[in-house]
Amino acid sequence: MYGFTPTDEQKMLIDTVVRYAKNDLRAAGHDAEEGKALPQKLVSKGWEVGVLQASIPEAYGGFGERSAVTGVLAAEELAFGDLAGALAVMVPSLFVTPVLLMGSEEQKGQWIPPVIEGDWTPYTAALVEKSFDFDPSALKTTAVKEGDSYILNGAKTYVPYADSAKAMVVYASLDGVTKAFIVEAGSGAVVSERIKLMGLNALPLFDVKFEGVKVPASNLLEGDFAPALAAMRVANAALAVGVAKASLEYARDYAKEREVFGVKVAQKQAIAFMMAEMAMEIESMRLLTWEAAWKLDTGAQDAAIEAYLAATGAADMVMMVTDRGVQILGGHGYIRDHPVEKFMREGRGFASFTGLAIV
Amino acid sequence: MTIEFETPKPVENARFLLQTVADNMMRPVSREMDENEHEIPYGYVEFMHTAMKAMGGGSAGSLAPAEEKKSADPNKPKRPSVAYQVLANQLEMLSWGDVGMYLITPGGGLGAAAVQAAGNAEQREKFLARFNGEKPTFAAMCMTEAGAGSDTSAIRTRAVLDEATREWVITGEKIFVTAGDKSFNEHPEFGKGFIVVWASIDPTAGRAGMRSFVVEAGTPGVKVTKLEHKMGIRVSDTASITLDAVRVPFENILGSPTVEKSTTGFKGAMATFDATRPLVAATGIGVARAAFEEVKKMLAEQGVEIRYGLPRQKLSSIERDVIDMEIMLKSAWLLVLKAVWMADNKQPNALESSMSKVKSGDIVTKITQKAVEIMGPLGYSREYLLEKWFRDAKITDIYEGTGQINRLVVARQVLGYSGSELR
Repeated sequence: MYGFTPTDEQKMLIDTVVRYAKNDLRAAGHDAEEGKALPQKLVSKGWEVGVLQASIPEAYGGFGERSAVTGVLAAEELAFGDLAGALAVMVPSLFVTPVLLMGSEEQKGQWIPPVIEGDWTPYTAALVEKSFDFDPSALKTTAVKEGDSYILNGAKTYVPYADSAKAMVVYASLDGVTKAFIVEAGSGAVVSERIKLMGLNALPLFDVKFEGVKVPASNLLEGDFAPALAAMRVANAALAVGVAKASLEYARDYAKEREVFGVKVAQKQAIAFMMAEMAMEIESMRLLTWEAAWKLDTGAQDAAIEAYLAATGAADMVMMVTDRGVQILGGHGYIRDHPVEKFMREGRGFASFTGLAIV
Repeated sequence: MTIEFETPKPVENARFLLQTVADNMMRPVSREMDENEHEIPYGYVEFMHTAMKAMGGGSAGSLAPAEEKKSADPNKPKRPSVAYQVLANQLEMLSWGDVGMYLITPGGGLGAAAVQAAGNAEQREKFLARFNGEKPTFAAMCMTEAGAGSDTSAIRTRAVLDEATREWVITGEKIFVTAGDKSFNEHPEFGKGFIVVWASIDPTAGRAGMRSFVVEAGTPGVKVTKLEHKMGIRVSDTASITLDAVRVPFENILGSPTVEKSTTGFKGAMATFDATRPLVAATGIGVARAAFEEVKKMLAEQGVEIRYGLPRQKLSSIERDVIDMEIMLKSAWLLVLKAVWMADNKQPNALESSMSKVKSGDIVTKITQKAVEIMGPLGYSREYLLEKWFRDAKITDIYEGTGQINRLVVARQVLGYSGSELR
């Protein structure tokens, strides 16, 4: 059957996420971006909502089961609150979910519970590399087997919380195939100063260099990378939908207040039609994201392709929508007192954000 | 309740069946029918009539999902209906075959839909039984006039009650009547059809005075004056019809014969559109999928493979185009599915319904335009069907409310505005 309504259980979780996103993330988003820092209390509170914990089986310290559908529902709402905050709250998933998807029983038992059972602690992942045509399936960072170890060489960027992470999942090419390795703090990886991007200024991001970093062979996650990549893509698609929705709703409320030539701006078809199209594109990409997530959950053959399509389409959609969000506010949209310019700066990033989130 | 995308069994069955029809009855004659405008593909029409009768009169053309069967065991939980979902899938598949031919599927089309939506039980019995008769039978909806398109309140056709004979006397001129010829004129191969004519019973009342009337085929005073020559969907006849003091029985009025100071009658007509817009959207998706699949097939034959999963920077321009086409196609189809799913689950779907129509109109024109462009001289050639689908596609963005009218509906919903707040 087709179905377009979350389960009662999902609804309960999402209700909590929505409250947190609106009351906490959105309220803090502007100052966090300007001050280039997220209050730790804010992030910890988001962690306590328990989205990740609910996707981890009891055996590994959680209280549920992984569901990409639940993951995308939560990711959309978190990003609706604030993208940098959403990514920060979700950072431990960058470490835990790949272990869950690609790790052995032993690895899951060893690495997941410490993250899941504690307070929010930075465990992260390094995927993105500094090249214009960065391709997660053709990495320049390499891993070479040497006795009982793998030697990692290469350079990563866009790594959240690399300076304080207890451990990170590092993606590297092993004989031309992307594989994930767990690298603990103190293994010799060199973390740069914080990097600066057009958006996501509240999120601490770093370059990380690996020059002959040695990790035990037992730190290789043997599983196939494709499902993890697909899970990153649907996460991004959902986050894009959330940012786009935030932009549309802000612009809508503004346009219904602002007077022009004796009517509200929103009463002009030129503006109203823009918003009709924004709403339509948001909804269609939301549904494509849901379907991709559902396919991941059900192990459908074309799940990876669908996730790729959702991520690609959502990245285009969020750019279009957030651009219009600024446009509808006119000059005011360009002023940082309103959030739409921030949404637009974030919107452009989605084409390059693969690996910054996973559900 | 849950979020899931498993194709329901009845949908799967319907698609399987109609795939065969599309492959065997539609595609082989698609080009020939396009080249010979208004020629009737009797083979297809006869086949569909017989097939739909065999399936219990569930007519793909009637836009009227069968009533839910009463469960024998009242304690058994009732499964929600999937009738609209099945219907949308049927129309998508037939339109994948040939959307023009789909439009001349017997069963009553929009005419029957109007009777279904606005008629009483007696009228439904009287006017709709014929579609299960021996011969394929058609019905049509006459709404548009030369001076009244999307703005239906501008309709000039008048219906006046002759108190002496208890007949309505209708006078006016209608254009763009889909299947007007097959519904009204005599064809020995077809049964006796009807047209549903929109007219005002009280011009001072505006939309509140608008009513529809069933006018039986062959009624004196009605003339099919012209069959349009169109850009696409050429196999489907689009008629101009004049009505000169046409007399129809009093009981042929659909809805109340008196005018109240409200627009409920008109709103009834508009509610019909909530049900039919996602279905029209589904036909657009069918055409878009046809073009998309053909392009992929032709490219594959030329050794061009689409490398999914690569960053845009590594893709060729053609690969980007094809991937973008697929994103448009899939996401638009999901909007349709959600809109009809809501209809099946008795949820108000004015927003989703119009959204699906806007999106489908958008993407089918873009996809078919791209398809012709990508295939170069082959795309533009009448040797292939791509150029035909390009021409067929455009109507999706026009009929059943243009893309702009539907944007207006969507915008009002998004903004919480009434018709007078956002004009």
